[in-house]
Amino acid sequence: MKKYLSFFKMRLMAGLQYRTAALAGLSTQFVWGGMEILLYRALWSAHPERFPMGVEALAAYIWLQQAYLTFFALWQWEGELAESVRTGVVAYELTRPADLYGMWFARSLALRLSRGLLRAAPVIALGALIPAPWGLRIRISPAAFGLFLVSSVLMLAVVCAFVMLVYALTFFLEDSRGIMMLGAPVADLLGGGIVPLPFLPAGLRKMAELSPFGAMQNVPLRIFGGDIAGAEIMRAMGLQVFWAAVMVGAGYALMRAGLRRVCVAGG
Amino acid sequence: MKLYFHYMALHVKSRMAYRWSFFIECLGQLLLGLNLFLGLVFLTGRFGAVGGYTLRECALCCGTVLMASSLAECFGRGFDRFAYVLSSARFDRLLVQPRPLMLQILCTELRLNMLPRVAEAAVMIVWGAGAVRWTAGKGIVLLLMNLGGAGVFFGLFILYAALCFFTLEGLEVMNIFTDGAREYGKYPFGIYGKGVLWLLTLLVPLALCQHWPLQYLLDRGPWQYGLLPLLAPLFLIPCLLAWRTGVRRYRSTGS
Repeated sequence: MKKYLSFFKMRLMAGLQYRTAALAGLSTQFVWGGMEILLYRALWSAHPERFPMGVEALAAYIWLQQAYLTFFALWQWEGELAESVRTGVVAYELTRPADLYGMWFARSLALRLSRGLLRAAPVIALGALIPAPWGLRIRISPAAFGLFLVSSVLMLAVVCAFVMLVYALTFFLEDSRGIMMLGAPVADLLGGGIVPLPFLPAGLRKMAELSPFGAMQNVPLRIFGGDIAGAEIMRAMGLQVFWAAVMVGAGYALMRAGLRRVCVAGG
Repeated sequence: MKLYFHYMALHVKSRMAYRWSFFIECLGQLLLGLNLFLGLVFLTGRFGAVGGYTLRECALCCGTVLMASSLAECFGRGFDRFAYVLSSARFDRLLVQPRPLMLQILCTELRLNMLPRVAEAAVMIVWGAGAVRWTAGKGIVLLLMNLGGAGVFFGLFILYAALCFFTLEGLEVMNIFTDGAREYGKYPFGIYGKGVLWLLTLLVPLALCQHWPLQYLLDRGPWQYGLLPLLAPLFLIPCLLAWRTGVRRYRSTGS
């Protein structure tokens, strides 16, 4: 465990070096969040009664979504990893006395954390400055806030497990860029990236909430806004645990199977 | 010009060498456009209209912006990769070759995988056109909106590349205006409030090819609004000036 931890720390440090990039990202995120808020404000002024969730919950959702962007973004992949399978560089990784799945999982997690941590804090601070009801406010109980934090960790686990599953598939397909390219828009739709899941038509919403993508940003963002509470939180977090476990299991097994048949051409 | 077509033919050939991955990329781009449209469907479905625009009217708007951005991306992506050209010192090589600089950069990339998105945008426009009582004048205005919009997006790419001379790395901030405008331009900019509308009219004149002429198409504004896309290409002037300043300022590292 210790070696994965130090590998994780190493990657985290490397990622934290890109501070200007994070600062530039911050203004982008703030503008995107602002435009989203303006859009929903126009909708709210016309038909407040048709909103499937409270305004404050929606505002919290939008700001936190921008803050969390790099945590769950499925359009950012570590091209290096999949590429290493294609080119055979992965052989070097295999000589290390550590499990490949654990190592890459730690690496993916560290990358998302290091990119996200730098961005999240300032976006949250700016979002909090926006006047109510369109700003970011904490309006939930400390217990629910605790659950929000746990669910954020679970979100990262689900995202990384999904990413690892795709990397593991690379061992069989050689080129997984196609899956990544097609997966990102689907994840955007089912994960609540286009509109928050409550805004989807009922049938699609049900499907999205049960899908692995619904176990990503959807859960912590809605807990934070107070949109889901009590038993609903438990159910949603249960699904997060379920999908994380299933996808880690599947990814691990796939990678084992893939490594058994991997054949690196010398040189 | 002959050189340009030669390069374009080379790009087409190189893409066709990997048909499968090209196909997947096209599909990915199509899904991206579809997501834009689904966003319209979900919100207009729930609220009846967004800021007073029906689904068809929004589709017309969305299709126009998607068309403009796809055209600009198809031909202008060479500028988008300019940070890489600069940091890898390839720019020096471009400078010594006896051909116009702009032409050479335009030749570096042709994004063929944008073509399905152009078609997708055309479908949206045709479907959305049902919301308009057409006259010949309106048809011309629609054409101007698409071309003018593509011009503004193209200007943004040039500006992006020009800024690379000063920062040496790609500026993610520009993504607000390129990807962001495509995303939020699916609704007429007026719904975001007066501040945003004026910013996008006077500073980055995307609204000249979107919100204002659309008012004319939908019979909500005077015919003069239909002429505004003609002003949009003026945006290219400051962009090209920035580019020229950048090129003059450029000092090679010599390596």
